[in-house]
Amino acid sequence: MNNLRRYVTQLMGYPTAVLGLLMIIALIGVAMYTVITIPYERAIDLWRGHEESWAENPRNAKPKWVNYFRDGQLPETLVMRTQDPQASRIEQDLEGIRLVTATLSFDYHYDDFPSEVILFFTSKAEEQRPFVATTWILPDGRRIETDAQALASQQRVYLGLDNRVKRALGQVPAEIGLFSDQSGQLLKGTYQVEIQGYLFEESSDFDAKLVVYGKVHGWAGTDHMRRDLMVALMWGAPLALAFGLLAALGSTIATFIISAIGAWYGGWVDALIQRITEINLILPVMPVLIMVGTLYSRSIWTMLGVVILLSIFGGGIKTYRSVFLQIKTAPYMDAARAYGASNMRLIFRYMIPRMIPVLIPSFITSIPSFVFLEASLALLGLGDPTLPTWGKLLQDAFSNGAIFKGHYYWILEPAVLLMITGLSFAMVGFALDRIFNPRLRGL
Amino acid sequence: MSQTGTANAGMGRLALRDFGGTGLRLLRYSLVRAISIGITVVIAVYLTIIIANMGGQVDQIRKAEIQEQIGLSFMNNPAVRDMTPEERLALQEEMLQIEIERLGLNRPFLLRSFSYLWQGLTLNLGRAEQMSSDTGSRQVRLILLERLPATLLLWGTAQILVFVVAILVALWLSNHYGGILDRLIIALTPLSAAPAWFYGLFLILIFSAILGALPYGGMVAAPPPTDPKAYALSVLRHLILPVAAQFVSGIFILIYNWRTFFLIYSSEDYVEMAKAKGLSGHLVSRRYVLRPTLPYIITNFMLMLISVWMGGIILETVFNWPGLGKLLYQAIHLFDTPVIVGSTVLYAYLLAITVFFLDIIYALVDPRVRVGAESRQP
Repeated sequence: MNNLRRYVTQLMGYPTAVLGLLMIIALIGVAMYTVITIPYERAIDLWRGHEESWAENPRNAKPKWVNYFRDGQLPETLVMRTQDPQASRIEQDLEGIRLVTATLSFDYHYDDFPSEVILFFTSKAEEQRPFVATTWILPDGRRIETDAQALASQQRVYLGLDNRVKRALGQVPAEIGLFSDQSGQLLKGTYQVEIQGYLFEESSDFDAKLVVYGKVHGWAGTDHMRRDLMVALMWGAPLALAFGLLAALGSTIATFIISAIGAWYGGWVDALIQRITEINLILPVMPVLIMVGTLYSRSIWTMLGVVILLSIFGGGIKTYRSVFLQIKTAPYMDAARAYGASNMRLIFRYMIPRMIPVLIPSFITSIPSFVFLEASLALLGLGDPTLPTWGKLLQDAFSNGAIFKGHYYWILEPAVLLMITGLSFAMVGFALDRIFNPRLRGL
Repeated sequence: MSQTGTANAGMGRLALRDFGGTGLRLLRYSLVRAISIGITVVIAVYLTIIIANMGGQVDQIRKAEIQEQIGLSFMNNPAVRDMTPEERLALQEEMLQIEIERLGLNRPFLLRSFSYLWQGLTLNLGRAEQMSSDTGSRQVRLILLERLPATLLLWGTAQILVFVVAILVALWLSNHYGGILDRLIIALTPLSAAPAWFYGLFLILIFSAILGALPYGGMVAAPPPTDPKAYALSVLRHLILPVAAQFVSGIFILIYNWRTFFLIYSSEDYVEMAKAKGLSGHLVSRRYVLRPTLPYIITNFMLMLISVWMGGIILETVFNWPGLGKLLYQAIHLFDTPVIVGSTVLYAYLLAITVFFLDIIYALVDPRVRVGAESRQP
């Protein structure tokens, strides 16, 4: 306990270690918060991208904070519903046919055009489906009409694909044409969408939702499938930490036990372990992992197991073995045995304390390499297909040409988080190495 | 240590008088290492084959290949033209069974695995399922070997650069330790926790996407320049970013480790003695600090090289570098098992050659090996 306190005090003497510790604590905090607020199943479900969960998100939208760094404000997504109290709704009776005129209006004050405009209709009817026609009214009073059409129970009208809108706008895409004056300049002000629906049955009805997709969304932005990157950024933390910690823990403990066995028994056991270590050195880890990923399973937990198996006979064995040999022949061990110390006492009072200085730093510094290994596999397309990890985000960004299209946030966000994770553990690990190995302390 | 000391002192004389003996010992050492590394490669490749064939993948490759051959031979054979399709199919099936028996595919896996091992070791892994080499061949061996020069170019350039710069800077820092630069390098050491491809992302983002100064990836401009000088320049331009990425990822930890080695060794008595004799700082670092630490440095470098080989797969993917790693990436996406197994074997070879090569250098710089002191040690 006293030892521990001393080590902690020493650790506090290294500013980089303190910074690293703070970053680790922050990461763990984020990871715990994420696991509590977005349960595992919900995260997988969200990330598989059901249309309903993300339908109101724009595609490839930048994060909100980019607005702080630019002159013109990029638009956020606007959603207007006919059920909203501010929407107007007038009903007329035309000899058995009801004419419902619903008007949605919104103010548009952003400095850029939106990215998409979609009208979502839901309707109910027994036999004869409602018939609607929509008119887009710009702040300057111009009216652009869409084709009239019969509604299915769920229907989307992409204003950009409507024939009459196309004819009215010519070559200009709808999200620009519907928001500009005659000279092509962005028009700010109050827009109205007038929806005229003919209902042929007593029980029939319809509702509409207008979504004007923006160019920024949330604090993280969205990807090509409208998914909010925040889910993956947040869930990436517990997954990266779990993978890194478990792999580091598993391989450190296994390596430790094996080197202990080799050093204790010596002879052919030791020789065998040495030979296996040499073979393991030549076994190409990454291609073998790739083989396992392509031929058997891409589950992150299978990969974790294989990674641990492959790193058991790693470079650590030689270091641990030499320390074990030192302990085995140390006079104080003989002395302890001579006064009749129990095996338990030998192990816990004499051996473990000697091993900790070697084990702890190598454990901590190996965590980043496993975190990056997971990201590497994901980048090769061998990530767990269901889970949102930082590596998967990078891979998505890469395969969708984020770097060429200028969606830098898509690459930078997961990359910065990976960097923080890697750096924090490395910083603490290096400091611990210097504390535990006094020979390095002054250097 | 004392043995090393005396060996060191007597080196000059020994080398002249006893050159034949030293050369022979070196040769014997190399041979022993080559054989033991050879055995390790065989076992590593065998493990690869076992892993690949746990799902029966290698068997499937072989069977598909035989089937294709039989099909081809039927297509061009006038003798079977008059048969009905049923007869032809039956004959084909019969020939397939005969061939399977002839090649021993119905033998137990243990026996078969040894023939696979031989094919793996000779890279004679049959034909790729989807991919082909630039010359149009489907031979896995040709596809793999075609990509090898690109990988070696990138890897070799980066590693030589990292090694030379790290040694020079580490030596300089060990003489000027405690300074601003020294503290800066120590502070930057954690940067080495991230692999090269990771820095590659940032470098592409900065230098290609934002500044537009360097190419995004690839090995040569498209279309490739016809003039050899222009071609070389274009390759050089494409090399800058991937080499820089490996440099950033590898350099700090190496400098830190080696500077620490040098510092530990500079406090040895014989270094103090040399300084007291009034030898120049340069001479002291080279002869009394660098020489005894070289074996450690080489071991340290070897371990790094091995991890760099593995990281190279993703680095090549990120930079679209047409090497082995990129090939492996393409093979994953096409599910081309023969190519995946083949590149795993080739990577095992590359690792083994790296280890062997460094072993030889180790032998050259480690006096214990050179003068055969090791055999006299208990």
